[in-house]
Amino acid sequence: MLCVLCAFAVPITAVSPVMKHQTAALSSNDVPNTGHDSLIQRISMGLTRLLNGHKTFDHGIYPIEHKELTAGKPIRRLPFADELIIPLQQHKGRASLPMVKVGQEVVRGEPIAVADQFVSVPMHAPATGIIRAISLTTTAEGPKAPAIILKVYHAASQQVLYGSEQDIEQMDAQAIIQAVQDAGLVGLGGGAFPSHVKLQPPPGCEIQTLLVNGCECEPYLTCDHRIMLEQTELLLRGIRIALRATGAQRAIIGVEDNKLDAVSHLRARIPAHLPITVEAVQTKYPQGAEKMLITALLGMEVPAGGLPAEIGVAVFNVGTLAQMGELVPQGRGLIERVVTVSGPAVKNPGNFLVPIGTPVRFLLDQVGLNGPLGQVILGGPMMGMAVASLDVPVTKSVSGVVALEPEDPTLARRQVYPCIKCGECLKACPVSLNPSMLGELAVAREYGVMAEQFNLDQCFECGCCAFVCPSNIPLTQYFRIAKSINRDAQRREAAKHH
Amino acid sequence: MFIAAALAGRCGAERRRRIDLSMATILTAVGFMAALGLLLALLLVIANKRLYVFEDPRIDQVEDLLPKANCGACGEAGCRPFAEKLVKGEIDPARCSVNSKSMNQVIADFLGVALSAHERWVARLACDGGGNVAYLRAHYSGLPSCRAAALVSGGGRGCTWGCLGFGDCEIVCDFGAIYMNRQGIPVVIEDKCTACGECVTVCPKDLFELHPVSHRLWVACKNLEFGDQAEHHCEVACTACGRCAQDSPEGLIQIKDNLAVIDYSNNALASKVAIERCPTGAIVWLEADGTVVKGRDARKVLRKGTKGALPAV
Repeated sequence: MLCVLCAFAVPITAVSPVMKHQTAALSSNDVPNTGHDSLIQRISMGLTRLLNGHKTFDHGIYPIEHKELTAGKPIRRLPFADELIIPLQQHKGRASLPMVKVGQEVVRGEPIAVADQFVSVPMHAPATGIIRAISLTTTAEGPKAPAIILKVYHAASQQVLYGSEQDIEQMDAQAIIQAVQDAGLVGLGGGAFPSHVKLQPPPGCEIQTLLVNGCECEPYLTCDHRIMLEQTELLLRGIRIALRATGAQRAIIGVEDNKLDAVSHLRARIPAHLPITVEAVQTKYPQGAEKMLITALLGMEVPAGGLPAEIGVAVFNVGTLAQMGELVPQGRGLIERVVTVSGPAVKNPGNFLVPIGTPVRFLLDQVGLNGPLGQVILGGPMMGMAVASLDVPVTKSVSGVVALEPEDPTLARRQVYPCIKCGECLKACPVSLNPSMLGELAVAREYGVMAEQFNLDQCFECGCCAFVCPSNIPLTQYFRIAKSINRDAQRREAAKHH
Repeated sequence: MFIAAALAGRCGAERRRRIDLSMATILTAVGFMAALGLLLALLLVIANKRLYVFEDPRIDQVEDLLPKANCGACGEAGCRPFAEKLVKGEIDPARCSVNSKSMNQVIADFLGVALSAHERWVARLACDGGGNVAYLRAHYSGLPSCRAAALVSGGGRGCTWGCLGFGDCEIVCDFGAIYMNRQGIPVVIEDKCTACGECVTVCPKDLFELHPVSHRLWVACKNLEFGDQAEHHCEVACTACGRCAQDSPEGLIQIKDNLAVIDYSNNALASKVAIERCPTGAIVWLEADGTVVKGRDARKVLRKGTKGALPAV
């Protein structure tokens, strides 16, 4: 009984304390030297930062990166799992509508679900096989949601047989936007917002600058780094498509200065006639957040509650644009993505090209485990989400799978102390909120006040406040609760009015 | 000698003059303040007369008869707005579910209205998957709160619709009407429940509903999976077998999305017949004294206690 439980049970914990524990575990592992080494390392890191003078935003934190585990590993393809699970809601907006029947055979790349209205995207078969079921399945978000379950034909050649060549140079902006929607492209950095919606600014807005986000500020993740190095041509083609669709005059690729090899690699390959530049920004978390990157590179601020389009900016992840460059000219759909599988529990960490819908359990089987599994996080350890079941699939938004070892019970018990008003969280919050005050309001369950007077809705849950808090107050978790309760209240209010 | 007398005379005159001067200052100040006070009082008098709004004195009296819990169970923002509506005759005194019946009768008599036989409403929980019957798929070790757990991949419970058992509802209940039982499932004490709806709002899985006490037939499950899949995570889940719908009068129970749903507009037809053949005991009959009756075919729950299944509460 116990064994069965162990096999199925995956500890899940709050997002932010993960990193804190990581820090602690690292310094306790290799005992005597680490203290001095890390101090010297930190001082030298600080000096480099000071001397480099790369642009950045105010506040933020410097978590340990752990990128060395996978940064040097080229992208490799993994075998297909026996069954792929393709949830109909992998993106922001309305869920796709299935257009296949149970028992139907599909070829790799064939559309299997259509977009429902504008803010939605279609789905494509990630492998040649047969539709086994369309039913409720476990998702990483929690509630069970409808998904298409595809049984893979292992004997098939798995060639993409679906698609039609399109000449980008002949297409106008509207046609490109339609083609991007047909490709099922969403923000691959983790946001999963349909890309075609961002290409079409709301009326009254004009996109002048295209920002290409190659920061990848989350610890462990290196998939964007590898994409910049290995899929440079596709990335540049994607940028040209996006420039054409938005009508932007220039594109800036922002890359954190821990990836200077990518910066020089890109600079060497950008044709001189293209209005594309590459800029290094400081390695600091959360530099990869849309608003932080805009502030760092352009010195502008997105109005509170507004869109980047309002100040003439559109931000795309490098992975998204590389896929755009690959799929749109061929008229294909998004069926796989680059995923970093890393973490102390993984035996062979690396960057892998994974078909959408591959169960996390299969992925971890492929890379091998060092021993018992602790938390498994989809995305990075700062903003990613610990999963409650290994049967959840890799969706379009999953940029990484980080597997941690089980926590020492003494470390897992994080005593929460009262707020000592040290102000560290105020110094860390990248959007300059007052997490300390918000935390106290959350304890008093004053969720309305948090939203109305202390701009709770501007918090994007980066976890900096909880990361720096010396009293271990789970601030980010408090804010997530407050937001969920406010959302529910709004939903009830709306239902009452209808 | 002369000089001294002259000096003394001059000093006395000087002193008198100074006292006169300070007296004048004091009098001016007192006079000014009095005039100012009078002026402001006059303004207040005028304002009081001109801006007077008649307020029924009965509102205060009725408010004093209300419990002042400001819980909102009556559907108003608090006791004062409720009292205002009562005096206007727009609402029934029986709507206050916190007051005792006799106190509501006092209010009705005071206002000269009839106290309708308004039924008591209570909160009901649509889950009975305690630690003894519902399985865990993962260990959650974050903030001990249902809301927090639900935000991390839906919590550690195998059934993603089920109760997480951290007792957010017990904490928000102002009337002490909810306690967590040994299996980590909240139990509503019907006598104490005022149907204020706080538990309904706080539950991240939307498991609480407000119902009149006469709704005795109850489906204690929200799982939308069919058959074995539902039972895979919980021994007392509704498997959508449809026996309750077959056995009860037409129109009372329907199977919607793999879940038995009771149409309470036909509540008069409800009887214990519906629960008898339920294989899992998901549909129950709630007796007036608070006991929960399961059907004769309901599988016996063998595991007792909280062994290894629920978060420590």
